[in-house]
Amino acid sequence: MIISSIKSFGRYCMFMTQVFRLPDKWSVFARSMVNEISKLGVDSIPLVIIISIFIGAVITIQMTINIVSPLIPSYSTGLATREILLLEFSSSIMSLILAGKVGSNIASEIGTMRVTEQIDALDIMGINSANFIVLPKIIGFVLFVPVLCILSMFMGLVGGWCIAEFTTMISIENYTFGIQSFFNEWFVWYGIIKTYFFAFIITSVAAYYGYFVKGGALEVGKASTNAVVSSSILILLADVVLTKLLLQ
Amino acid sequence: MIEAKNVSKWFDGQRVLYDISANFETGKTNLIIGQSGSGKTVFMKCLIGLLTPEEGTISYDGRLFREMDAKQRKQLRMEIGMLFQGSALFDNETVLGNVMFPLKMFSPMSKKEQLERARFCISRVGLENADDKFPSEISGGMQKRVAIARAIALNPRYLFCDEPNSGLDPKTSILIDELLSDITHEYGITTVINTHDMNSVLGIGENIIFINKGHCDWTGNDRSIFRSTSKSLNDFVFASKLFQEVKHFLEREYENKQDEK
Repeated sequence: MIISSIKSFGRYCMFMTQVFRLPDKWSVFARSMVNEISKLGVDSIPLVIIISIFIGAVITIQMTINIVSPLIPSYSTGLATREILLLEFSSSIMSLILAGKVGSNIASEIGTMRVTEQIDALDIMGINSANFIVLPKIIGFVLFVPVLCILSMFMGLVGGWCIAEFTTMISIENYTFGIQSFFNEWFVWYGIIKTYFFAFIITSVAAYYGYFVKGGALEVGKASTNAVVSSSILILLADVVLTKLLLQ
Repeated sequence: MIEAKNVSKWFDGQRVLYDISANFETGKTNLIIGQSGSGKTVFMKCLIGLLTPEEGTISYDGRLFREMDAKQRKQLRMEIGMLFQGSALFDNETVLGNVMFPLKMFSPMSKKEQLERARFCISRVGLENADDKFPSEISGGMQKRVAIARAIALNPRYLFCDEPNSGLDPKTSILIDELLSDITHEYGITTVINTHDMNSVLGIGENIIFINKGHCDWTGNDRSIFRSTSKSLNDFVFASKLFQEVKHFLEREYENKQDEK
């Protein structure tokens, strides 16, 4: 198991050296990258909005229920909601969710290209297929992911605001005062920096699994699952390391 | 001309090709035939450099593939057109987009010239009205023709076809064979076709090599195949009753002619 992991890591590194080369044609690369931003990034916006609103609302409800003490100020609910969203949800948890959507999309797309010989066709034409297919996906998603992260932070806070607005659990004044209190701008940057790393993990790991598929449709499905599982584990590992490095 | 000399290939310690030597001549349709699992696809992948043979050499008009650096290999690949078994068209591109793809990547032509060239290639394979269709919207035979148009877009010197007739009805298969043969003669391309379709063997086999269990058992053409004494070849080519009867008929004709003389 250890040896096979080391072999896989070696193959992944070799694959990345193929991916990170100068594109054969910049105009084709630019067009392809814009397509990937649209497909992987813009198409993820509805999912990010829906999940962030609901999770923001749930966090607010749970904070309101659990922080019941005369010693804790009532605006703490808003403050805690904001910190959870900024520090962990909008970067790490959202990336785990995107690993499912974007990762499986990339792995299955590239895997299908492999089994239908489209990658071989590129290789025969003398095109660096790894670079041609994968680089626009990695660059496109890494460039766009801060938008998703900031959107998630904002929509999560909107979700909490909805609880304040439509229920009697917490007043809007307390909530808005809470989300503005003791604001540390670095936490936003911390979330964004983390998502850059996570976006790279999601796209590169999924591309790796898709690119080396052997067999048929069944193997493409397996590659897709393995891509999501592996990138999720790597995101969690990277989260620990980055938190230690960035917040200590 | 493409020359393969003593090509051997192993997979996980198991030998699949045994010292295969063959010449694929310019301006002719060269066929590699053999049963499924005989090693003909592996041999073709070695020829085009998708697999590296452990032993032997492959040269393209005197240029040894093994000795080429990355730049030379890239240049050579631009001289190669390939038709894959499953067509391997890009799903997200239209017919026109697929044919224009190699032009966009490698040709110094202007956009207008690229369009003209792509449209010419599409009309050459008889698909004038399919420019805007996606691969999923056209039939298997049409997909093969688009793949041929894409393969010839850059005026290749070498054209490789991996089982171009698989999954096609006999009439469409003959159309594809005729198209490949016409293109080969028209542009003087070295065409290598991997097939086990007997109609292709007898119809366009100007130079045939027969691979059996990883060995090159026979070389010849569509005429000499009837007079072959190779048992493995006869078992393969004349496996069906129809072809056995054709063989017997031709043998009787040949004997009658000899008697008359």
